Amino acid sequence: MRNMLKFQLEDVQLWYNDFKALHGVTMDIEEKEITAFIGPSGCGKSTLLKCLNRMNDLVEGCHITGKLLLDGEDINATQDVNRLRRRVGMVFQKPNPFPMSIYDNIAFGPRTHGVTSRLKLDGIVEKALRDAAIWEETKDRLKKSALSLSGGQQQRLCIARALAVEPEVLLMDEPTSALDPISTSKIEELMADLKKKYTVVIVTHNMQQATRISDKTAFFLLGELIEYGETEQVFSMPRDQRCEDYITGRFG
Amino acid sequence: MNYTLINLFFKAGSALRRTARRSAAFARRLPRRIEDAVFRVFPWLAAIFTFGALLFLIGHILVNGVPYLRPSLFALEYNTENVSLLPALVTTVFMVLLSLLIAAPLGLFTAIYLVEYAKRGSRLVRLVRVTAETLSGIPSIVYGLFGSLFFVSWLGWGYSLLAGTFTLSIMILPLIMRTAEESLKAVPDTYREGSFGLGAGRLRTVFRIVLPAAAPGILAGVILAMGRIVGETAALIYTAGTVAQIPTSLLASGRTLAIHMYALSSEGLYTGQAYATAVVLLVLVVGINALSAALAKRIAKG
Repeated sequence: MRNMLKFQLEDVQLWYNDFKALHGVTMDIEEKEITAFIGPSGCGKSTLLKCLNRMNDLVEGCHITGKLLLDGEDINATQDVNRLRRRVGMVFQKPNPFPMSIYDNIAFGPRTHGVTSRLKLDGIVEKALRDAAIWEETKDRLKKSALSLSGGQQQRLCIARALAVEPEVLLMDEPTSALDPISTSKIEELMADLKKKYTVVIVTHNMQQATRISDKTAFFLLGELIEYGETEQVFSMPRDQRCEDYITGRFG
Repeated sequence: MNYTLINLFFKAGSALRRTARRSAAFARRLPRRIEDAVFRVFPWLAAIFTFGALLFLIGHILVNGVPYLRPSLFALEYNTENVSLLPALVTTVFMVLLSLLIAAPLGLFTAIYLVEYAKRGSRLVRLVRVTAETLSGIPSIVYGLFGSLFFVSWLGWGYSLLAGTFTLSIMILPLIMRTAEESLKAVPDTYREGSFGLGAGRLRTVFRIVLPAAAPGILAGVILAMGRIVGETAALIYTAGTVAQIPTSLLASGRTLAIHMYALSSEGLYTGQAYATAVVLLVLVVGINALSAALAKRIAKG
């Protein structure tokens, strides 16, 4: 059975002022799967990820052409960016909890979208923390500053924070690159759970990670999508020579 | 054979290094000792001098001022008998509050606009910044002269609390604006990204995430501004005037503690009372500082 298409990208090109960062990317991303973007630094994978919830809007001089559809809706034409970002959540490379309590961190998103009832918020906070597998560690200290958590806990808190607004998609930009191996494996386990409910797109520098967790893998080089397919196929018998060179560690 | 040769080289090398080190140490021994002594003694001297100057200043004021701290000095009405400083104290508080009421929101919102909304490096941003820098470099007597010509004469406010307040507001505006701008800029962009990524708009991001994080720095700027108001004389003499009573309206004249001191000591008749005023001013400033430090700590704690 084939999954539904969550994103459809057609000839996406992107410039930062005069610098062309994406040279026409065409790909589909399926629902409730984990899609990994790999490639050397500066290949445009993070840039493309940020196109999916229009975080590039924040970058001055950024200009995008081509088609980007979310459930058939044009992402770049949408008037309500905040609604888009609610549907397409994001976890960043470095854990970035807000300097407030754990509870307030999680409640920030729902409050933004109009939830005010204390009871409802309590429920949302607990569910989000449970879904991000950090409830047991934080349930007794919800009023404590989020900055008192360890790096790995902070990143799971950020995942919980993203889940609290009930997104459909979770974008993860190298979410474990700043973490130790134990925290990393916890987050990887978590992702396997997340894909039951969410579509996950992850940028990673760690190829073992991509093979461990992702269903599909896309390999980028210099702003172009070089190879895209089932993770197993991409890693075991890549069709493109450059992709093979990268995967086997000949460059990168 | 090969091995012994290498060993020999090693030995020769280390011997050579040892002699080199020894001769270098010898060459440096004398100046080095002096150098050490200079650098050990000099910072101590500097520290003692700085601390001593402060201690002497405070001690001098306390010794000369405290004996004159009599209840009559805090009478509600000023007259030449009691030389009461209470009206000046009240005026000072008014002056601080009113000036901050004007300058703090203006400075803060300008800073928010410059950091969060304006295009980075745009011409307008640069213009505002250069203007603020220029304003903060102008001596306060020039503000006083301007206030006197514009608020007092041209607008016809006369020597009044209002004219003094507006003059001071212009004077402290760049200070508040620049410190607020710096503290907003110091808030990591990752906070903003996190907030936007959750679907929060710019307004919510600024007020719920960025401002609380920047609050201690912004507060520090406001405190600095308070200090300048409390200590200001030149900008006030020709705008707020020197009437030594509690002002009855915004258009009434009034003297702040600093001006009260200036007036007393220039008259030369009440030097002791001037010192007593200095004691009160000192306590006020230390109090404000302590309060703000405590406040900043609480905000930073969240």
